[in-house]
Amino acid sequence: MEEVKLIIDGNNITVPGGSTVLEAARSAGIRIPTLCCHERLEPIGSCKMCFVQINGCAEPQQACKTRVQDTMQVTTDSEQLFSMRRESLRELLLRHPLDCPVCDKAGECLLQDLAYEFGVTDVHQHVNATFETFYPTSLIRYWPERCIVCKRCVTACAEIKQLGAIDIKGEGPTAQVYPAKPERCESCGECLQVCPTGALTENLSRYKTRPWLSKRVMTTCTYCGCGCQMQLNVMNNRVVGMTVPNVFGVNKGSLCVKGRFGYEFINSPERLKKPLIRKNGTLQETTWEEALGLVASQFSRIKKEYGRDSIAGISSARCTNEENYLFQKFMRAVIGTNNVDHCARL
Amino acid sequence: MAGLAAAFGSGAMTNPIRDVLSAKSILLTGTNTTENHPIFANYVKEAIVKNGCKLIVVDPRKIDIVELAHIWLRPRPGNDVAWINGLLHVIIRENLHDEDYIQNRTTGFDELRACVEKYTPEYVSGITGIPPEDIVEAAVTYGGSKPSSILYAMGITQHTNGTNNVKSLANIAMLCGNVGVVGGGVNPLRGQNNVQGACDLGALPNVYTGYQQVANEDVRSKFAAAWGVDHLSSTPGLTVTEMFGGAERGTVHAIYVMGENPMVSDPDINHIRECIEALEFFVVQDIFMTETARLADVVLPVACFAEKDGTFTNSERKVQRIRKAVDPPGEAREDRFVIAGIARLMGFPLEYPDTRSIMQEIARVTPSYAGITYERIERDGITWPCTSEEHPGSPILHVGTFTRGKGVFTAIEYKDPAEVTDDEYPYILTTGRVLQHYHTGSMTRRGTGLNRLYPELLAELNPDDAGRLGIGDGEMITLSSRRGTITVKAKLTERSGPGVVFVPFHFSEAAINVLTNSALDPTSKIPEYKVCSIKVEKASM
Ligand code: SF4
Ligand code: SF4
Repeated sequence: MEEVKLIIDGNNITVPGGSTVLEAARSAGIRIPTLCCHERLEPIGSCKMCFVQINGCAEPQQACKTRVQDTMQVTTDSEQLFSMRRESLRELLLRHPLDCPVCDKAGECLLQDLAYEFGVTDVHQHVNATFETFYPTSLIRYWPERCIVCKRCVTACAEIKQLGAIDIKGEGPTAQVYPAKPERCESCGECLQVCPTGALTENLSRYKTRPWLSKRVMTTCTYCGCGCQMQLNVMNNRVVGMTVPNVFGVNKGSLCVKGRFGYEFINSPERLKKPLIRKNGTLQETTWEEALGLVASQFSRIKKEYGRDSIAGISSARCTNEENYLFQKFMRAVIGTNNVDHCARL
Repeated sequence: MAGLAAAFGSGAMTNPIRDVLSAKSILLTGTNTTENHPIFANYVKEAIVKNGCKLIVVDPRKIDIVELAHIWLRPRPGNDVAWINGLLHVIIRENLHDEDYIQNRTTGFDELRACVEKYTPEYVSGITGIPPEDIVEAAVTYGGSKPSSILYAMGITQHTNGTNNVKSLANIAMLCGNVGVVGGGVNPLRGQNNVQGACDLGALPNVYTGYQQVANEDVRSKFAAAWGVDHLSSTPGLTVTEMFGGAERGTVHAIYVMGENPMVSDPDINHIRECIEALEFFVVQDIFMTETARLADVVLPVACFAEKDGTFTNSERKVQRIRKAVDPPGEAREDRFVIAGIARLMGFPLEYPDTRSIMQEIARVTPSYAGITYERIERDGITWPCTSEEHPGSPILHVGTFTRGKGVFTAIEYKDPAEVTDDEYPYILTTGRVLQHYHTGSMTRRGTGLNRLYPELLAELNPDDAGRLGIGDGEMITLSSRRGTITVKAKLTERSGPGVVFVPFHFSEAAINVLTNSALDPTSKIPEYKVCSIKVEKASM
């Protein structure tokens, strides 16, 4: 692809033809505030935050939708641009309550950050429309009064998933997200992932945490072979949520319903907590010492009585590489048999 | 994945997931990708919608991805070799095969050509029910839009002729020069998160780590030295299914299970129960009291993925970290401590200071993992083969030459599935997964969230068949095979073709594997889950 040279805030920049002004600015480390645009989605252009001045254009243009041209000269910051952006932000906040103290998203909310940056303190929500809160999946809660109708969610569902389960209905201050084709929803949470505010929240965990209170541990999904990367949110030794950075792994921020919402089993009260051995026909709680002692002595006895190959081990496609390695080493080196397999055939 | 290993020298996915974005066409078969590998499905969708890639779907069920397909072929379950031979026939007839590639990189082409001679579109149509013109169109699309990527999963392997099905797919990929190139390949999608890793790390009866044969003396002495033992057995061991058979015959006396639930996942589970009951000693190590654990003499509670460090290897052979986030509940321990505890009592030390040092030992004894260290995969995983610490990893296999040297074409004749329908059992039962649940359901069915979305077992039935049987949507029906009977709720849907019933296997209370056939593929030993004959009746109240 041919290259295009342009000047942004006095810097000479070269980018591939077809790039947007926003992409060009970012490639040079110049920040233009944005709200609706998202690295995994095509430009949306709903938030009106990214205005820039371009030499030869009378009106400021949206950086996310304007393609670069050779010799273009762009200004990203000026008094006029600042007040335009501030005005756009005020518009958005007109329909957004400042309920940050009770919102799950507070602390990692793009809208909150921008309101802080632009010093918008004097907006009082005055949209009093009645909204519908229906959402196509019970795993996500929609808070229409917090929704700024940026369309990220709708775009993600349509572009990444090709599903179009949700759409926008209504105009201006009464616009809202609604389940356009609820039967198509896969509960993937792609919409939740891209929402910049607290308008979509996970509707699962009874235990909630604020972003600054929980620890986040990067790990790999335990379900299918895609191997998605994810962060477990931990509070008080309990997994209470899931976040997904947009840059890691094959999934780049996506997950499916199992990966995103399937963590409840970790805290299940049905988890086994003590070793059990069968006594008089029933399984009864015991100590590790007794349980391991019994296993070791039975294995030793059976090996002696019937030979090494009378014992077999089934390892697991759910366990780690290290555990599978140890298991087969145990069967081969300690028991002395190659009778080791796992259920991958299934 | 014996079929791919025979053809190419390695049974793993040949290309990375992202690679489908470079494909000009995709042949997707025996995988309900949107439900079972949703993230892979995102890439397939992007390839089609944004890059104009052509999608060919071959599946007896009208799965969701069919709506994006350019061509959908609907064979009857178990007919795979027939339609693939049909594609091979047309590609050769239309001269769409890659002569140079065949000449330089493969063997066995002449036998293949002779074998597929008779598989004309009309002949194949007679076996599969696919219209002849659709077979031609699929063949011309695959052969004419290169590179082309083949994606498949258990819909291809879970048959008595599963290995042949896979070899057939390898045939078609080599025929068009699609192996070892960006955007091409033959890609088996792994159902469980670490199937690839379990295979790589030697949880197989005939190989140590990295597919090093137990029958090879040099390999054996290397492992004996590394592990500090005098002797290692040179006889390949038993597969899971043979282990249970051994229990029944009295040659296997004890089985040690780590984290598997064959009482739901295995075929013909009434039989499995009898086998387990015949054992003298049965140990299960798991996070839940599974149906299998209930039969054990000793049950050992262990940590789940969020409670330990380690690595998983995904479908695309990428080794990635998992990290401990919370402590295990109660007295549950990590599996490695349990194994080491038993070993110590048997007089063998298996303790390691941490999982990092286990990986160091793995790297020392496994050429394909030799360059993998926790330091290198801290931020992003590495794809094996990775033969030294300087090696960047190998996202695409078989570039320039196949792992085994030349790629092997195999001439394969079509054979009927082990069990065919008859007057008494006129319907075909096929099993699989649904989006919201995982494997035997022991994890996904224990939260409120996922269960809320898919709370009960549903048998998918074609509306025409239901009409004939007088069955309404949501009514209870009984399904019976030669092995057992279950009662389930019916869901009428066009997704099931006429004469075909689909039932997911996540539900232990109505375990579908009471019905399935334990007939095995002779090479891979994979049971024939995808096809068995049943009868369908309205449940008597
Ligand atoms: S959960 Fe997924 S499918 Fe459902 S509306 Fe959100 S993005 Fe669309
Ligand atoms: S999030 Fe879904 S697609 Fe990703 S690894 Fe987990 S189960 Fe697979």
